[in-house]
Amino acid sequence: MLNPLLVARCKQHRVVLAIAFLIIFPLLMPFKAIAVNILIYGLFALGFNMLFGTLGLLSFGHAALFGGGAYACGLVMLKLGLPWYVGILGSVLAGMLIAATIGAFAIRTRGIYFAMVTLALAQCLYFLADQATDLTGGENGLRGVDLKTIQLPGMTLNFVDPLTRYYVVAFFVAVALFVLSRILASPFGAVLEAVRENEARARACGYHVRMVRYLAFILSGGFCGLAGALQALHLSIVPLETLAISNSGLVVMMSLLGGMGTFFGPFVGAGIFLLLENLVSLWTVHWQIFVGAAFVACVLFFPRGIWGTILMGRGR
Amino acid sequence: MEMTKKAAVSRRSLLAASALLAMPSIVRAQTADTIKIGFPVPLTGPYGTEAKDQVACAQIAISEFNEAGGLNGKKAELLVRDDKLDPGEAATRTIELIEKDGANFICGSLSAAVQLAVNNVAKQRGVIYNSISQSDQIAALPDWSKTTFHEGMTPHLTAGAVGRYAFGKFGKKVVFLQADYAYGHEMVAGFKAVGEKMGIEVLADLRHPLGATDYSTLLPRIQSLKPDILVLVNFGRDQQISLKQATDFGLKKTTKIVAPVLLYTARQAAGEKAFEGVIGGTSYYWGIESTVPTAKAFNDRYRKANEGRVPSDYGALGYAGVRALLEGARRAGGTDTAKVIAALEGLKYDFYKGPQEIRACDHQAVQPVFIIESKAAGANPNDVFNVISTDAANADNLVSCKDEGHV
Amino acid sequence: MDGITPDLLALQLFTGLALGAIYVLLALGMSLLFGMLTVVNFAHGAFYMLGAYAGVLLLSIGVNFWFCLLLAPLLVGSLGLLCERFLIRHLYGRGIDYPLLLTFGLSYIMVEMVRILFGTQGLPFDTPDALQGASDIMIGYFPTYRLFVIGVAIVVVVALWLFLERTPYGLIIRAGARDPQIVRILGIDVARVWLVVFGIGTGLAALAGLLAAPLQGASPEMGSSILAEAFVVTVVGGMGSLVGAVVAGLLVGVVVAMTSLVAPEFAQVAIFALMAIVLLIRPQGFFGRAGLMS
Repeated sequence: MLNPLLVARCKQHRVVLAIAFLIIFPLLMPFKAIAVNILIYGLFALGFNMLFGTLGLLSFGHAALFGGGAYACGLVMLKLGLPWYVGILGSVLAGMLIAATIGAFAIRTRGIYFAMVTLALAQCLYFLADQATDLTGGENGLRGVDLKTIQLPGMTLNFVDPLTRYYVVAFFVAVALFVLSRILASPFGAVLEAVRENEARARACGYHVRMVRYLAFILSGGFCGLAGALQALHLSIVPLETLAISNSGLVVMMSLLGGMGTFFGPFVGAGIFLLLENLVSLWTVHWQIFVGAAFVACVLFFPRGIWGTILMGRGR
Repeated sequence: MEMTKKAAVSRRSLLAASALLAMPSIVRAQTADTIKIGFPVPLTGPYGTEAKDQVACAQIAISEFNEAGGLNGKKAELLVRDDKLDPGEAATRTIELIEKDGANFICGSLSAAVQLAVNNVAKQRGVIYNSISQSDQIAALPDWSKTTFHEGMTPHLTAGAVGRYAFGKFGKKVVFLQADYAYGHEMVAGFKAVGEKMGIEVLADLRHPLGATDYSTLLPRIQSLKPDILVLVNFGRDQQISLKQATDFGLKKTTKIVAPVLLYTARQAAGEKAFEGVIGGTSYYWGIESTVPTAKAFNDRYRKANEGRVPSDYGALGYAGVRALLEGARRAGGTDTAKVIAALEGLKYDFYKGPQEIRACDHQAVQPVFIIESKAAGANPNDVFNVISTDAANADNLVSCKDEGHV
Repeated sequence: MDGITPDLLALQLFTGLALGAIYVLLALGMSLLFGMLTVVNFAHGAFYMLGAYAGVLLLSIGVNFWFCLLLAPLLVGSLGLLCERFLIRHLYGRGIDYPLLLTFGLSYIMVEMVRILFGTQGLPFDTPDALQGASDIMIGYFPTYRLFVIGVAIVVVVALWLFLERTPYGLIIRAGARDPQIVRILGIDVARVWLVVFGIGTGLAALAGLLAAPLQGASPEMGSSILAEAFVVTVVGGMGSLVGAVVAGLLVGVVVAMTSLVAPEFAQVAIFALMAIVLLIRPQGFFGRAGLMS
């Protein structure tokens, strides 16, 4: 049994703990690049969950926000010749802009229809990127998003070095985590919760429910766009697949796997999914059976998601 | 003066300190006593069969090298990774191979998008990559770099060879049906380049989405155009399905169907009916062993290791790609990147299908292309193609280095 | 746009209907599962693929194609029954997320099992001899097999309609979908009703897969590419509406065919654009009940 006081302390300092975890995390992983991937998809899943877990809106088009951010970062660097940090800024803006556009249409619909409108519009973006070969490289993806060194006052970081690359990405993820937790803890976060729990009452309290949803969608776009940019820098390419349905599906599954009702659940889900896929595919080409079985087992035995179940078991 | 020097020194020591942090992986790479070749291929997904054959063939190159004593006692080792036919996954796997496993060279891939992704990652880290898949772009700037090698054929080369044969034989009225991505576009450009010289008339140039499962919506229109030749510019399952449906629509009665690449594995999978009478190109067919001694040796070795089966086209490229790298290392006397590059540039060799050469300016393998025709099954289930023409290795059939942007 | 004659247009329309017939069968099953059980079945594509492979298996042991048409859906439908009985049943009433995740996992397992048993390459599937070649349909020649697919779809739609509207079982199913509580109070085993519905839904998917196999062969991935399209059809028609599934299936088929005529590379995105437009004008689809699932 864990000391409840300790648990309370942990909850209170979850951002500090998360940052401490981020620092030692790469040493626990089989290789650094997968640690970076987990951070990136973890951030993507958190951004997605801002809509799904916090508002109960299931989007099947989040690849558009992630991929849009990745392309924005790559294009800013490659076509405009601007430095990488401008690329990151551009990706956050692009994520929000795409979210604002998709949201403007989708926010009127609900439930499964919301999922389908977001899916349809994301597919249109995928198609656009596929066709605009001169700009995006089409099906071949965007190559040459090369970031070799980062100049800081007094020092030069070698971004190609595995550990340095990890910590640079981790820095941005940590900042994003902090901002996200602040948003959720703010009055706006309380409104989000109110809308999810009882829409009619929230409306009666004078909140513009549709506007609240719309704003949450746009914010979600910013986080997902950032995740996309980090992937572009990490892999030095932007595959067209970042915009594909499969990517949208992946983030849904990661969130459900980890537990959408918790702050870190989606992050944990992303980590477990990627790690499982990676390790199992090293010793068998039939890794999909194990991943599939993990999903089935998870639904049957950990209905709150893996992280959610752990939190429950801790006597929350 | 003194001040700036000091500052520079301290900055350098900082750099050194940060490099120390990353030492373990680098140290491991340098002290390794084997030559490691990273081999990302799509073991899972629709090209799993081809990928497994690439691995089987690459292993032959490795064991040949090791049986011959390796390099000063240093043995070669193949590190196979599943890229899942996904550029992002391939990039991650390549990073893993270089950073964690300390791979000296990378070879592999089975799609244009994946090979360009792997290339970008390898080039960023200054590691030699020998690609074994079709692409024009990989040999051209800006994708190409000093560390980029391309053992695979280019669409320009393949389509050129097939076009020269087909347009001269079957007629000048041509319809293209291409998968809408780089492979399709590059191939069609290659066909049109030779076609223009031969005076073909393009009746229609239709595109279908990659991965389409129904071509019935396009076929009535093609039929109504009554072309002499239908060039099906797609790959893998797209090719199988479109061929089958074209056959069902009765297109073969009036029109010759030509494909830039006919896959041995696809022909085996889809059966003789759909492929009957179809003409296409290939980088390798085991049947050339009757005239090419190195092919005979390679086939025999493969048969012995794989229960009497024969190597496939894309598989054989895995052999050639890995063997070229090992040959480079042997000649360079080690795995030093610059020395291996120098050893490979201009290298002339005959590994498995007749004389080839690595063109110095763009590291593209100048190689023969075989024109094949699918035939009905006989007593030997492996005997599925007739080699009806051979285009010997000729650098003039490639895009010139100048047009690729090399100086 | 040269060479587009009225005859070609008519032929293209027919091609679209044949394409739509497959969509109709898939969407019917999907809509049934959603309307009655609120299960968003991500394994629907996998069941479709299993239908094709069941056909391959049955043909290889000497069963003829006509019996395959019956046996393959029965075989796969029984597998569907098992999945419902042992896995999905536990999840009713717990929202759409859980069945979604579970069926997603199931589809991974099924696809990989097929890869292990039948190889990754896919298998050829010849058109049955009696249905080979083309038939004259007044406006031109059209592949006989595709006409047959349209015919089967019509038969299935009529049969399903009669079953649901004109038999006591159908009555129970419809009642169970509307108010399971009352049906249970009336002494009817709702669990068994749902079991049967799941079997029918997956069986329909298998039939669609079997019918598609002679057109494109059987491959492990054939279900994943069509899954998204089946979703689109179901949603455009209105989740849970069988009339909607039929209308939307045919419409999507025709839209794809017509887009292919004008601009083939837009064919795939046209489906999604159509869905976006329909949902923006009518958020619940053509025949969907408003407010469902919100």
